[in-house]
Parts: sequence; structure tokens; C-alpha cells
Amino acid sequence: MKSTRKAFGEFLVEKAAKDENIVVVDADLSTATCTTDFARLFPNRHFDVGIAEQDLVGFSAGLALSGKTVFATTFAMFLAGRAYEQIRNTVAYSNININLCATHTGLAVGEDGASHQCIEDIALMNTIPNMKIFCPADDISTKQILNECLKISGPKYIRLGRNSLRDVYSMETNFKLGCSNIFGNGTDGTIFAIGSTLNIALDAKSELKKHGIDVRVVDLYSIKPVDKDTIIESAMQTDKLVSIEDHNIISGIGSIISNVLTEYYPKKLYKLGVNDRFGKSGSIDKLYKMYNITKEDIMKIFLNNK
Amino acid sequence: MKYTKDIEKLEFFSNEARKDIIKMIYKAKSGHPGGSLSCIDILVCLYHSVMDITLDDNLKRKDKFILSKGHAAPAYYAILSQMGFIPRKDLVTLRKYNSYLEGHPSNKIFGVDVSSGSLGQGVSIANGMAMAKKLSKDDGYVYVLVGDGEIEEGQVWEAFMTTSKYNLNNMILIIDKNNLQIDGSVEQVKNIKVIDEKLNAFGFNVINANGHDFKDLSIAFKEAKMSTKPSCIIAHTIKGKGISFMENMVSWHGKSLNDEEYEKAMKELGGAI
Repeated sequence: MKSTRKAFGEFLVEKAAKDENIVVVDADLSTATCTTDFARLFPNRHFDVGIAEQDLVGFSAGLALSGKTVFATTFAMFLAGRAYEQIRNTVAYSNININLCATHTGLAVGEDGASHQCIEDIALMNTIPNMKIFCPADDISTKQILNECLKISGPKYIRLGRNSLRDVYSMETNFKLGCSNIFGNGTDGTIFAIGSTLNIALDAKSELKKHGIDVRVVDLYSIKPVDKDTIIESAMQTDKLVSIEDHNIISGIGSIISNVLTEYYPKKLYKLGVNDRFGKSGSIDKLYKMYNITKEDIMKIFLNNK
Repeated sequence: MKYTKDIEKLEFFSNEARKDIIKMIYKAKSGHPGGSLSCIDILVCLYHSVMDITLDDNLKRKDKFILSKGHAAPAYYAILSQMGFIPRKDLVTLRKYNSYLEGHPSNKIFGVDVSSGSLGQGVSIANGMAMAKKLSKDDGYVYVLVGDGEIEEGQVWEAFMTTSKYNLNNMILIIDKNNLQIDGSVEQVKNIKVIDEKLNAFGFNVINANGHDFKDLSIAFKEAKMSTKPSCIIAHTIKGKGISFMENMVSWHGKSLNDEEYEKAMKELGGAI
């Protein structure tokens, strides 16, 4: 069990010891973005611009333009939201090589409530040309994806979370831009998930098995570009399609999958996620329940319409 | 020509650039003459006599420049053409379909490091570049030009605090203080009042200079480069400088010239039509 933000912090420390080109830029949230170890061990390579996210993006862009390997990090709400235009015009338009690591995504922020729960970052980042989007789902996938990011030039948005997630992956799994990971080969249905909902999808898969329903789960960790082939294949080979995400269902992964289906293999997709509402304070479990982002909600789709 | 301190030569380059600016905007049928003409002397001074744009071991230019007030693209393109970054014949393609000379500068242009146009973002980027230079123990400077209207953007002040926090004295800020913006005078629109005292309070070594006087500008840059604190040169300029009917006129912020105005402007600059 580990949060992806924690894994991000560990990755930075591990990599920075070997690569002195790596720098980290924070905006007064380093405790929450898990960069304090990095800051302590590499004080000359850690910058804190204070509560100033627009400046965070610009400053990071300047470092990146000068050849530094930059990890800019703060809460998704303030990175994708507040500094959207800086990301669009300074970073992406100039195709600057930078890693935008957004923590505290979705309702999973929990008690801080709606103002801090970014349920629109995928939508915002997906519309920006040159941008690539990743969403890891556990400790290992975070580190592997960040490693992959070091090999990809241009702007990258990495969607990290606050809450601890169960380990899903082993070191042998590969994570590549434009790819996904498939769990199982059931043909009764496909559950598409990202980040914090992968655990939920896998739980639903095991539970459905008990009811004689064999589904596969697809982790769409590369949100942009998305793995079209796997989406089309899943639609062709399996019965029911469900997507589940901690994001607004408007322009989240459900929409992204729908776009692919409409173009290549029209088929119904059941979308689970935040249904165009703001979040609220509460524990993650309670919130996921209220917003229908649970194993039970997936089960219902498969069992009720059997 | 690169290190010339010869004022007459700078004046010659500046007049040539003004002709290019007018011609570009006339041919494009749109563009921003006022703010281009107010800052062109600053650019001529920087590129012809202040900055070292030779390549270092990593093939990077030693000194960097960011045009934060991206709408002064015609001025930027004119100077980049003089320095050999943009072929002269391309200048008249400004704002045209399929031209790489966009209405606002993009880093597709050789010699332009970062795209600009959306105001208020350049100082943050310059800070990052200056910090990278300090990390790499590289002795070059980063120059960033902002408009006086532009500093109404909040990000600029976020950036000023970062400049001060890290004491980025290798970042030299230039404010093109032409006193006008689209909706009127800067005083009317936002009333930012005393810039120098504000910048002083933010930790800058503030230097006032006449933005159209090469001697004054050269002294200001020399002083800025020697400062142990980050410097800000407030360049006092005239919007539309050099064309009588454009000077200090808000209406010439962003519009092109008709045939008659074009002829008149070129005549004032002593150029062929």
C-alpha cells in the first residue's frame, strides 16, 4: 500500500542520486507533494517559488529550456487549473521538455473538499497539443512511468493521488506511451480504469467471477495518447464495456474511450465517475460511494442487465 | 558589428529596423506598431552592443533574451533579421498563412527560445533560465523585456518575488515604459503609480533610462550587469516613437497603415516605399 505521490517522492530521491541534472520545483506544498526528502538531500536542486503556481510553471519552463530535467509539482487543482494557460502557452506551445507532476487529483483528496478536488484535469490537459498524460495506479507503475517520462521529450502531465493504493504491478511490467495493461482475458466484459479506480476494477473482476461472469480489466495509464487498439479490441472481443474514473465523466477517460469507439467500433459504454457535480468533504470511501465510483456500482451494471 | 559602441551605427540600425517594422505591418494589414516602435531602440542596443550571442561549448547562446511583450513581434523579427537569424526576405511574410513569422513569436523561429504573446509570463521563464545558469556556473545573462501595461498581470509580481528570493542578479529586467495600453493610458486603466518604488521594495536595483538614447541605455546595461542585486531598467519610451502621427497615440497600439499613412511614415524614416 502506497500513494502514487509517495512513490513519486521516492523516485525523485533515487534518480537524483544518479543524475545531477534533475531539479524539482514546488509551490509551498512540498510536504504534500512528498518532495521533502529530495529537498533535504539535494537542497541546491530544489526550488520553492511559494504560493505562485503560474510562476511555478514559468520558472520550471526556464530551467527546462536550459537543459535541466525538471519535475514541477503541486496539487492538480492549481497546476492544471490555475496555471492552465501557462501550461498551454509557455510549456506546450513551445514543446518544452518538462514533467508536470500533479498530486491530489480527483475526489480522493478527501476532507479538503470541493475546492481542492480536481475532477477536470484530464479534460484540461487532453485538449492541449503536444501534451502527454499518464496516470499510474500503484507504487511500481508510478516509478516505471516516471522512468519512461525521462525518455520522452516534450510536456508530460503525470496524474498522482493522495490516497494509498494496493500494489498491483511487479517490476517486470512495461509501461510505454500509448499502451495499456490488460488483466485477464474474460469475454463477458471490459472494465477500463485509471489510477485509484484500478483497485476497484480488479476487486469487481474477482467478485464477478464468483457470479460466473468473466471480465477483463484494462488500465489505461497512458491517457494521451490513449491505447486505441486495446479499446477497439476490447469492444470487439468482450460483451459489456464499463469505464470507472475519479474525474468528471465529461471529458474524462469514459469520454476518451467513447471517442475511439464512435470512430472505430460503435458500442455502448457505461461510464462511472463524477457526474458533472462538484466534490465535497469526506472520507474517500464515503465519497466514492456517494459518487458511484465503487465495486458495487460496477457489479450492478453486469448483474442487473444480465 | 556585434560589439559596436558607435552610437551612430546603432541609430542607423534602429532606423532600418523601424522601416522594416512599418513595412511588415503595412504588408500584413495588421499588427502592433506602437509597442514595436517604443522598444526597438532597446532591442538594437541589446543585440548590437550589449548581449553576447556567440555559442558556448554546448551550442547555446551565452546571453538569452525573452520578449515577454510578444505583440512587439515586428520589432523582434526586425532585430533577429539584422542579426542573421531571420532571412530578410521572410520579414514581409509576417502574419501570413504558412509563414513561420506568427503574429506573436513562437520558438519555431531560429533565435527565439520560447513562445510568447500571452502577457505576464516572460519574467518567470527568465528567472528559471537565470537559475539554470547559476547552477551550471555559466556567466551569461538573461534579459527579459516587459511592457508597463503588462505588469498589471499578477504573475509578473509572483516572478519578481522569485527573482529576489534567489537573488538572480544575472537576470536583467527591462520595462518598456511607454505609458499606454489598449484601453487608454496605463494611469487611467490600472493606475500602477510608482513603478520604481514598487520594484525597489521587491528587491530590485532600479535604473531609470531614456529608452531611445543609446548612451543612456548602454550605461544602464553596464550598471545592471555589475549589480550584486537583480536589476530592473525602467526604459522611458514613447509609444509609436519615430513616426510623428503615431507617437503617444493609443489608437496605434494595434492597427495597420493605409497607403497614405505608409508613404508618410516611410518618408519620415527616409526610406523607399
